[in-house]
Amino acid sequence: MPRQILLGDEAVALGAVHAGLSAAYSYPGTPASEILEFLVRLAAETKAFPAVWSVNEKVAYEEALGASFAGKRALVSFKHVGLNVAADPFMNSAITGANGGFLVVSADDPGMHSSQNEQDSRYYVHFAQIFGYEPSDHQEAYDMAREAFDLSERLGLPVLMRLVTRLSHSRSAVETRDPRPQNELKKGAGKDWILLPVNARRRFGQLLDRQAEMIRLSDESRFNVLDLNDKDRSFGVIASGIAYNYFREAVAAEAAPPSFLKISTYPLPEGLIRKLVGHVDTVLVLEDGYPFVERQIKGLFGVPGKTVLGKTTGAVPASGELTPDIVRRALGREPLPSLPASGLPLAGRPPQLCVGCPHADTFKALNKALEGIAGSNVFSDIGCYTLGALPPYNAIHTCVCMGASVGMARGASDVGLHPAVSVIGDSTFAHSGITPLLGAAEANTDMTVIILDNATTAMTGGQPTHGSGERLLRLIEALGVAKEHIRTIEPLPKNHDKNVQVLKEEIGHHGLSVVVAVRECVQEQRKKRS
Amino acid sequence: MKQDIILAGVGGQGILSIAYVIDNAALADGLAFKQAEVHGMAQRGGAVQSHMRLSDGTIWSDLIPKGEADMILSVEPLEALRYLDHLKPDGIVISSAAPYKNIPDYPDLDKVLEAIRKAPRSVVIDSEKLAKAAGTVKAQNIVLLGAASSFLILKERSLLGTIDTLFRGRGPAVLEANLKAFDLGKKVALGS
Repeated sequence: MPRQILLGDEAVALGAVHAGLSAAYSYPGTPASEILEFLVRLAAETKAFPAVWSVNEKVAYEEALGASFAGKRALVSFKHVGLNVAADPFMNSAITGANGGFLVVSADDPGMHSSQNEQDSRYYVHFAQIFGYEPSDHQEAYDMAREAFDLSERLGLPVLMRLVTRLSHSRSAVETRDPRPQNELKKGAGKDWILLPVNARRRFGQLLDRQAEMIRLSDESRFNVLDLNDKDRSFGVIASGIAYNYFREAVAAEAAPPSFLKISTYPLPEGLIRKLVGHVDTVLVLEDGYPFVERQIKGLFGVPGKTVLGKTTGAVPASGELTPDIVRRALGREPLPSLPASGLPLAGRPPQLCVGCPHADTFKALNKALEGIAGSNVFSDIGCYTLGALPPYNAIHTCVCMGASVGMARGASDVGLHPAVSVIGDSTFAHSGITPLLGAAEANTDMTVIILDNATTAMTGGQPTHGSGERLLRLIEALGVAKEHIRTIEPLPKNHDKNVQVLKEEIGHHGLSVVVAVRECVQEQRKKRS
Repeated sequence: MKQDIILAGVGGQGILSIAYVIDNAALADGLAFKQAEVHGMAQRGGAVQSHMRLSDGTIWSDLIPKGEADMILSVEPLEALRYLDHLKPDGIVISSAAPYKNIPDYPDLDKVLEAIRKAPRSVVIDSEKLAKAAGTVKAQNIVLLGAASSFLILKERSLLGTIDTLFRGRGPAVLEANLKAFDLGKKVALGS
């Protein structure tokens, strides 16, 4: 079998392709971006399927669902908070069901390397009551992606795969197998997909009826491994996803490691859990993310006669990314001997805007325009420009979720805050800034929206954007913003005074204005040159 | 046979190119490997690191536990120091002497280099000078890889083969400079 070097993200993507993928959709977000990036590259070579950067995750989900309804195998991928954006079609697609195999990939970010929270996508598997996979390594990511499409078609349901940053962004060799051909177009059960109450009630009943089968599938899955130590019944471990690797790492040199159960599918393999818990007195639950397994095992009253340890008991830290060192400690193993830290105070090196970044010039001009105005007036958003919150700029006062800045500035303006300024990138504006601006334009809200048009989705590596340049300006006008209050500036040091003046005028205007700061991302410029 | 290496540097210094070469050399040598890297926000001029694990057996964790690293290979001296507590008591630090100062509170360079040399085994090389001598200052990462090559469990032939694959498309001058950078790094490290 051929071996290929792949990121965890890419292993999922290639597994999907080899499972006969016909269409893939995504919106960029760390740590999930590399799934579609890989598929875009592959699709450019093979022309075998569309791989599309969608406008946002909800749209991506619906596009993939449509492809599944047409009988084809479809994939949608995003970071964990992207699933929040897509939660509406996600939850409802568990009721409609899928036709062609439908794999939803949600990449979590325990430790918040590049995210606002560390929500655990396994709760969405539970919430929608569908089947989920959690690979522990690259090979499983590939194998599970292939299996997921078969299972999705067998169950007639979307299947979710949960990744975490550490696997998404780790590289290893994967053994690949021959690809399976794509499905033919196939029309499905139309009535199942019309979620009028009469159909939805029937479909929800059918979903509930499948739960026992899904638990059985979990119990029988080759990805869940039970290993009982007959000589020691005092202590055992339940480890899910990559936490399993940290457990095996810690006991690798031991002749008789503790009993363990590896969990990589959901709903929980209840039979396997009963066997492990029945075998030992104390169970340590290891999982990267929330105490999802631990809480279900303990319920409200615990397991009589057993001790269950984990994140809820303090045996493992409740927040942050799991590491082999944390797991080692939780297992009561001594730390390995190592060199001491240098003792030298090591200055941190946080990320920062690139030298020559257009956002830097916009923030300098904005700070100048707002000089002397106290308070938290600048609502901002998600992208490289969020780094404008850090010194030397200290220019923005919020970062909540994609597109939030526009709606929040309006809310603040509605209750009397002046000035109310929103700062949002072109890609984030296309993602979910358009709809709040439509409402604000209708109300002629007293606020100033600054759109940073650098013609790319920069923070995640330069994916295409859907509304930039002339197209963006026409869009803003079409939303109903008065033409004389749509201004453009070119954020360059030489234009500083001019730009401050434009911003002052529009911030001073008691009505809605939009200032578009137009200059291409320096990273993208560099890519084009090389 | 196994080897755990922490690659360190600043976003944009070519850590991932070093990792690419080592990954592919490991594949060519028939070794298992796992290599955890940093993408996204930190790549914007922040501290970046990659955990590189090589073995002829099973590798469990993608991350190297504290006390397991055989080598810290850093393209930047301050960044080399961040991961000392991951190093085995007899581990080796191979670092560039050239600081990357994009922060206002960069510590005194002499103290940084002194702290690196306190490690039981260390190789500190002027990668900037050697890369320039090889033909491009951009090849500092490959100078460091050359410096590390004699200490790696990988075949030099496999490393050079991957460097060839990586740079061939960028023209003969770039390839030549990187091969020379590798060679200069290797010689200086062996002589130190």
